[in-house]
This record gives sequence, C-alpha cells and structure tokens, in this order.
Amino acid sequence: MIQKGKAWKFGANIDTDLLAPISALTSAKPEDAYTECLKDVDPTFAPNCKEGDIFVADENLGIGSSREWAPQYLRSCGIRVILAKSFARIFYRNCFNLAVPALVCAETHKIATDDQLEVDMENGVVRNLTKGETYKCDTVPAHLMQIVADGGLMPHLKKKFKKAS
Amino acid sequence: MGQTISEKILARASGKETVKPGDIVTCNVDLAMVHDSSGPRTSGKKLDELGVPVWDMDKLVVIADHYVNLDTPESKNVQDICDAWCEAHKVKHFIRNQGICHIVLPQEGHIRPGMFCVGADSHSTTAGAFGAFMVGVGATEITGVMATGDIWVRVPENVRMEVTGALKPGVVAKDVILKICGDHGIMGFGYQVVEFCGDGVAAMSAQDRMTLTNMAAEIGAKTGIIAPDAKTTELLKAWGVRGVNADDWQSDADAVYAKRITVDGDTLSPQVAAPSSPENADDVDNYRNVKLDQAYLGACTGAKLEDLRMAAEVLKGKKVAAGTRFLVAPSTIKMRELAAAEGTMKILEDAGAIILPSGCGGCIGLGDARLAEDAVGISSTNRNFVGRAGPKSSKLYLASPYTVAASAVAGQIADPRDML
Ligand code: SF4
Repeated sequence: MIQKGKAWKFGANIDTDLLAPISALTSAKPEDAYTECLKDVDPTFAPNCKEGDIFVADENLGIGSSREWAPQYLRSCGIRVILAKSFARIFYRNCFNLAVPALVCAETHKIATDDQLEVDMENGVVRNLTKGETYKCDTVPAHLMQIVADGGLMPHLKKKFKKAS
Repeated sequence: MGQTISEKILARASGKETVKPGDIVTCNVDLAMVHDSSGPRTSGKKLDELGVPVWDMDKLVVIADHYVNLDTPESKNVQDICDAWCEAHKVKHFIRNQGICHIVLPQEGHIRPGMFCVGADSHSTTAGAFGAFMVGVGATEITGVMATGDIWVRVPENVRMEVTGALKPGVVAKDVILKICGDHGIMGFGYQVVEFCGDGVAAMSAQDRMTLTNMAAEIGAKTGIIAPDAKTTELLKAWGVRGVNADDWQSDADAVYAKRITVDGDTLSPQVAAPSSPENADDVDNYRNVKLDQAYLGACTGAKLEDLRMAAEVLKGKKVAAGTRFLVAPSTIKMRELAAAEGTMKILEDAGAIILPSGCGGCIGLGDARLAEDAVGISSTNRNFVGRAGPKSSKLYLASPYTVAASAVAGQIADPRDML
C-alpha cells in the first residue's frame, strides 16, 4: 500500500486530551466535533486538513486515554497515514482498528508541515518529495495490514462472521 | 527457564505451555469491562451493527461511571443509552452509578489472580494489583472481544520494579509511582509489563497497591502487575471472592526480566507532578509556595477508603484554607459509606470538604470539580495533561491524598509530613 499526501507536523507527547478534547466528546454529536481536534495546539489543523494528508509527530503520540475518538478525529479530518517516532500502545492499536496505519519512523524530525510525502507501507520507506530525501519506517505485521486492507476491524469482523455463517 | 507471572497468565489464556516476549498470541478473555463512555454508546452500537450477541454474558461487566454528574443533557443522554442497551441485551453484570469502574470491578468480586482481562479504558491496568493481567483497549477492539471472546496480544517484556526499604509515614504508593514517572518518563516502559515487588510493596496495603498498577498507564506500560499475597487474598475475600489461588500466580525465581529497577523507599519524599504531565514529578519541597484555588480528592487513583482515611488523618481538627475549595469524590459509594460509618467522612466535612458524586467527574473535567479559567489545582488523580481537568488556561498538580489534604489546609502546596 502506498499513500501520497501533504504532511502535518506536530511535536512530542501529543496526548488524547489534545486530539479529542472532553468538550468535543460531551457535545451533542461527538462524531461531528472532530473540528476541535488539536484546537489547543494548532487551530488551523482541523479546518485545513485534506483527505489523504499525512500526520507526522515526534515521540509518544497518542499517550493518555483509550478514547478511540483520538484516531477517529484524525481520520475524520482526512488523515490516512500516521508517522511518529513512537506511539502509545492503545492509540497504536486503535489506529489500525480504524484502518489508519500507524508507522514507527525514527526520522520524523526531518519532515516539515506542507512537505509532500509518499509512504510505502509494505517496504517501510517514506519518500519526502519536497526535500528529495528518503527515510526508513517500520513495516507492519501482516495480521494488522490485513485489518487495514479490509477497511478496519469492523469490516474485518463482518467478513469473518459472514464466512462463519 | 522460569516464567514471570504475566507470562504464565498469557500462556494459560492462549492455551500454550510457555510464551516469550515478542510472540504474538491469541488469548481467550476471562473478563471484558466497558463503561458508559466506551461501552453501549460506542462499542455496544458497533456490536449491534455486527449483529452478533455478546460471546459470554457471564464475562461482560458494564459499569456506568463517567457521566454520573448528569449536569448536561449530553451526560443524561449517554446514561440513557447505557441503561437501554443493558436492558435490551439483558446484561447480567450492569453496575450503575456505584463508582469508578477500576475500583468497582474488584470491589464487586470480579477480579482474581491469574485472570486475563481487557477493559475499554486505559487504567484497566489497575486490576494488576490483584495478580490479574488486564490491559486497556479502544472501543472497536473491545467490540471484537465482545463478539469473539478473544484478542491478539504481543507478549511484552517484563520489568522488575523493586521498591526497597520502608516508606516513611506520609509517603505512599502514589509517591512511589510519581517518582517512577519523574525518573523514567511517561513512555519509560513502552509496551512492557511492569511487575512491582520488594519490601516496600509487600508492606503496602492491598488497596494502596492499586495506585501503582493504576498509574502503570502513566509510564507507558502495557500493564502493571503485583504477585498476590496474603493481603491480596484477604481483601478479595472481604469483597466476596472465594477460593483465591495465589500460589500458582507467582513469578519463578529464574524468570527473565528485560530490566531490573529499584526505587529507594527509605529516602523517598512526597512527590508532586507539575503541570502538564505526570513526568514533571519532583519532591514536594520544590513546589511549596504554589497557591491553590482548588484541591480535589477523587478518581480511581486516589479516592478509595484508604485514600479518604489518609486525607482525614491530615485534616482532623483542621480547616481548609479560605480561598481554596476542597472537593472530595469518593471512588465508590460503598467506600463512601464505609468511610461515613467509621467517621472519616465527618472529619472531611468538618474540615470544609464538599462531597461530590462517586464517579470520574473532576478527573476528566466534568461536573462541579471542573477547573475554572486560569485556576490552579492539586489533585489525587493520575493525569494533568493540558485541557484534561479544565480549560487550557488552568493548571493542575498531581499528588498523594496526604499531600492534597495538607495543601487544602495550607492553601498552597504543602508537605503532609509537617501536619501528621
Ligand atoms: S477516574 Fe479518571 S482515570 Fe479513573 S477511570 Fe475515571 S476518567 Fe479514567
């Protein structure tokens, strides 16, 4: 799977309270409140993020609570791939379950907002088309890529139950 | 080669003789827990979408705790959805507004040593205090568990975290775990399981140990675990669990650990974590003069019966400082009742505490304990990220129940050892 898109660059320790603020979760329609995603860090992100953009962060992305709204909001904003130096484990699993691959990449500090990226998930390569650089990223275990290929854990489960019946 | 308690549990749950770190195994789940936020309104809805029943109704526990304040139409709506879903699905173990899930779950007899459990909440690690292996997952993932009864797990490395020596009066589990946060950072033990042990842990009460495993989530760990002993068995017995087997769920002497770390209990001072991360922890001395608008004793981390007692020990015969609000949300109704029966609640109230409903409330910025704009608070909770307990302009310090109570009296951050 190859994903091409524009980078949105964030720092370290972006936590789930920043990604999915409690004000969004307690609103009448939390699914529509993704516009509050990262409002306390960069209020321009949610309104300007486009379908297919790539989220890039430093260490410890997604620390905090298990709220799936965190990766869901990134997805709703348009993000289709996430790169970070490291992930909190529940957030990492949540990303794949929502069909947004989360890839560990040690060189995200070389990426800036607006860089055009091309992420090759099978081969573990990130090409920075703007800067003409290539970075390595971890490849994803096959069972997780299968979940992504099926469109997330829900469609994956539907397929499984359909086969069984 | 020996196995750790975690490896023994994962081997049993995945039907294997042994497992080793890095193995990806499919485990049968002994118990799944969801709450009003992660349950019916999210994973419950998804399960209905799949059109399959809960795999085993005996093994699902639904606990309404996050939206107990009912202070907004949205909160009421979440609770209504929870009630309706549990009724429609004839949920056998639905515990409604009795307190915070991580405390209610063992208190109502659902946890025993050796279990493999998952919970749709990051502090599900708390159950590790009873020798169970419990991890937090997200809403879609728990939907998968509710449908199939199993989940994939990458077997984690083990970290042996030994608390040596004896904690001094006024120094408790919360100080130990904040010290570990400060020394190792919020991702210090990413993907690993932290096994707390040593004389310092053995000397702690079984209830206080829950604070260690609760905040394993704040050091990046997959979970925290503590080998069960006589104190564990006794507390579980008091909570109605019969026939506890502690002996089978101990780490072997020759078990393999990726890291061995010690915390010196003898020299440990009360710890305070400055805004806006638990890893900003340091000795209380460094924060003494911070003025406070609010002190909050609450959450799954710091409002159990023993936490309330710690606060009462400090507050007996004293008054909360003018200009500081002291709010107490006992973690469960049962614990509030026990504290009331023995006079602990009266001591808190006489000192000027305002008692709030038993639920998550102030920990996530809901209800009356939500911090105001620019307010500065201290709290017995586990997280102080920007925007968690109030608006972006508010500031939150984390500390033990002792330190929170002492600070409420002083109106500024204070060392409880001066008041005991
Ligand atoms: S009290 Fe706070 S940390 Fe504990 S379950 Fe509730 S929201 Fe989570």
